Amino acid sequence: MIYLDNAATSWPKPEVVYQAMNNFMRQVGASPGRSGHRLSIEAGRVVYETRESLARLFNIDDPLRIIFTSNATEALNVAINGVLRPGDHAITSSMEHNSVMRPLRALQERGVELTVVSCSKEGFLDPGGIEKAIKPNTRLIVLNHASNVVGTLLPVIEVGAIARRHGVLFCVDAAQSAGAYPLDVSFMKVDLLAFTGHKSLFGPQGTGGLYIRQGVEDVVEPLMHGGTGSRSDSEHQPDFLPDKYESGTPNTVGLAGLGAGVQFVLSQGVDALREKEEKVMYLLIEGLGAIPGVTLYGSGDAREQVAVLSFNIAGIASSEVAMRLEEEYDILCRPGLQCAPIAHKTLGTFPGGTVRVSPGYFTTEDEADIVLRAVCNIASMGKGIGL
Amino acid sequence: MVLFHSISGALRAEKLLKAEGVPLKMIPVPRHLSSDCGICIRFERADELKVEGILGRSKLEIQGIHQI
Repeated sequence: MIYLDNAATSWPKPEVVYQAMNNFMRQVGASPGRSGHRLSIEAGRVVYETRESLARLFNIDDPLRIIFTSNATEALNVAINGVLRPGDHAITSSMEHNSVMRPLRALQERGVELTVVSCSKEGFLDPGGIEKAIKPNTRLIVLNHASNVVGTLLPVIEVGAIARRHGVLFCVDAAQSAGAYPLDVSFMKVDLLAFTGHKSLFGPQGTGGLYIRQGVEDVVEPLMHGGTGSRSDSEHQPDFLPDKYESGTPNTVGLAGLGAGVQFVLSQGVDALREKEEKVMYLLIEGLGAIPGVTLYGSGDAREQVAVLSFNIAGIASSEVAMRLEEEYDILCRPGLQCAPIAHKTLGTFPGGTVRVSPGYFTTEDEADIVLRAVCNIASMGKGIGL
Repeated sequence: MVLFHSISGALRAEKLLKAEGVPLKMIPVPRHLSSDCGICIRFERADELKVEGILGRSKLEIQGIHQI
């Protein structure tokens, strides 16, 4: 089997991730930060170590500025719903995932103004377009770092500088880039960084988080209120991080796995991981581009994107290509719209979508060759059954 | 002993102090001190200035240092 759906969930995971989760379940198991006994303290240490590893990866001074959520979607909802109020204006791009678009569209119905800045057909964004859209009531700019459809990188460094200059909060959706591409919150001037654990950070599903810059928490309302293990004498939510945004017992076993995954990323180095994926991506981009009847979308350059690639075969629906890749070649990928209708409208692939292949750390160059031969065979057989 | 607003804060302090070689123990907060969180760090009185210095430099907010 060749697993090419790492942009949805990376799999398999490094061995240390399985070990950390198994070890936590068997040896620790308790609630973190809820009691003073040694297993509870140890569980707290596991969560804290994960925070600290992430802080190192993203160049965050204080690990307590990272709050844990169940995925990037929840983190983005905390950021977007926490900041925006009726009468505020927000700016985003036309390459976003629905984890950004849907919270923004929902707020638009409740009186928040929204500007969606158009990207090019390759998925590139002109930072000047963002600056032009800024108005006196602009509160927030939300951008994905790397597209989940074509992997294209958006100019977050330039937009970060623009946002800071205009006193507008800047939120980055790093779901596809955290662990796969260098991220430095202070260099990028990011106020809110949403990430998920289950993609290039090699953690399990159900882990993710949000970095909140010092002072920004004053204008970000929490999504949930509840028990934190702190200020237990008070019936009101604490105002300090991370407790303000971390109510209820967390996914500690998941965070144990995420911690091991981030340690793996740190030990390998983001640049080395990226170089490995880039080799496979280079083969896929060159190879797919040379197959008659295949249209590739996005930058067409492995250096300008993360390891996500979209294509179509003329005359065959993306869903049928994916089905045949699995049934005839045991290759697992993702067809359709990948939860990003606006990105497909930008690329000109709405509503049919694309076949998305996303290699990962464990994908080999030999596997890329097998994929190319499979796509070549399907394309040469011509029109499908028209599903 | 030093008390914190959150367990996460106490755990961060534990690592910082351990890295500087301060002997310490994480213990449940004595009820009469009624902390914001359930655990605190007990250390030797002789290390008080060192502890204050390390935590001060880290900008980690503490609830207070108490003698027991």
